[in-house]
Amino acid sequence: MTVMQHVWIVLGVLFVLLNIAAGLIWVERRMLAMWQDRLGPNRAGPLGILIVLADTLKLFFKEDWVPPFADKWVFIFAPAVVVGSVLMSFVIIPFTPQIIVADLNVGILFFLAMSSLGVYSIVLGGWASNNKYSLLGAMRGASQMIAYEVFMGLSLMGVVMLTGSFKLGDIVNAQKDMWFVIKQPVALIIFFIAGIAETHRLPFDIPEAESELVAGYHSEYSGMKFGMFFIGEYLGITLISAVTVTMFFGGWLGWSFLPPWAWFFLKTFAFILFFILLRASLPRPRYDQLMETGWKILLPLALLNLMITGAVALLIRG
Amino acid sequence: MNYLFYISSIVAIAATVMVITRHQPVHALLYLVVSFLGVAMIFLSLGAPFVATLEIILYAGAIIVLFIFVVMMLNLGRESAIQEKQWMQPKTWIGPSILTVILLAELLLLIVMGGSTTIPQQTVDLKKIPLSLYGEYIIAVELTGFLLMAGIVGAAHIGRHKKKYLHRFLKQEEDAVHFSSKT
Repeated sequence: MTVMQHVWIVLGVLFVLLNIAAGLIWVERRMLAMWQDRLGPNRAGPLGILIVLADTLKLFFKEDWVPPFADKWVFIFAPAVVVGSVLMSFVIIPFTPQIIVADLNVGILFFLAMSSLGVYSIVLGGWASNNKYSLLGAMRGASQMIAYEVFMGLSLMGVVMLTGSFKLGDIVNAQKDMWFVIKQPVALIIFFIAGIAETHRLPFDIPEAESELVAGYHSEYSGMKFGMFFIGEYLGITLISAVTVTMFFGGWLGWSFLPPWAWFFLKTFAFILFFILLRASLPRPRYDQLMETGWKILLPLALLNLMITGAVALLIRG
Repeated sequence: MNYLFYISSIVAIAATVMVITRHQPVHALLYLVVSFLGVAMIFLSLGAPFVATLEIILYAGAIIVLFIFVVMMLNLGRESAIQEKQWMQPKTWIGPSILTVILLAELLLLIVMGGSTTIPQQTVDLKKIPLSLYGEYIIAVELTGFLLMAGIVGAAHIGRHKKKYLHRFLKQEEDAVHFSSKT
């Protein structure tokens, strides 16, 4: 591939991702409304799709305020971290056999590294706001994300073991006969739960828990700085969905009547909708319940899954 | 590729200097993260991508977050920053830094004079790492396991729950039963 092709791929991926993240504002509000027997946004444009534009304009024209009691530079830096780290993770996602920014040989480890850096946006944002609710949210976020990161990585190692490679391209190709969801169902469930906790989406949105903590770590944020957290969350959903599809549901693979990118898009979109359905249907657990489930149930389960996978892989290979 | 090595080394060193000179602990920790990212880039430019990503996952992504967590818990305000500032008097740092600069000059001289300045570069195959960890260095891995286990046992002991009573009457009753069974 020439340099220009690489540049086009990077720009194209960036363009599509940012538009998807913005479009999800509308999708989420509309789907939530549907599941809750309401109409949702339906005035601006056909089916209310221009709510995306209206929301963005509103965010841009709001006063961009840094509280005088906040730590100014860290306060400004924090929202950039979440968007930056999530966009960096997309580097390794193979959208089709050709459209991939870089098929690194540490592949999935790079994704884990970048998602572990994402925690700084919450921690720093909450700390720099110098507000007790923000600080509480930040502390919850830090412990939640560190805890769930551990078995997020462990659950993916079963798939890596079966493939024998960290490269996402190889992992997709290894699923030509059978998707890994059939061989690794436990890993899928653990990974998805950990993914929800990593993106701190409902039901695991205890870092922002608006009924207890105002808005948690981003209570003090307004304007486009809040918008960055907002976009970062939608990008995070897209990322977790894309990784789930790549690791467990065969990525771009599918019957030949649709091109590979369409298969990838369809599968990813199904998971995004599942994220929204979870938000519409599940209550938020208590903080200690979340931590106990994580360390006492999911971590041993992930280790057990890894052990059994290793044993079976060893037996089959002889 | 040598340029990548030198640039990331300079970033890492500059960030480390900033870690030492910051008065606000969280700012210092942020620079420490940058320093770890710089070190990860050094590993990457030397052809060790596995170590580089582990450096980010473990150090930048987990350990420093725990440090920041502790700093947030301690709630260090303006007073501690002022105290830090008082501790950073020139007389405390000038002596060691002169000595260090002498050593640095010597090192630079060696690099310039020595001739063998090429950085050996070979990409480490990912599969080699676990094979050597669980082959050649198995005792080290097991000993590390012992150490970590000791830490976990300690943490579990400190964090043990006290027995909860739903109501004080229940507590008395249980004590009474206990007492009667003893006598």
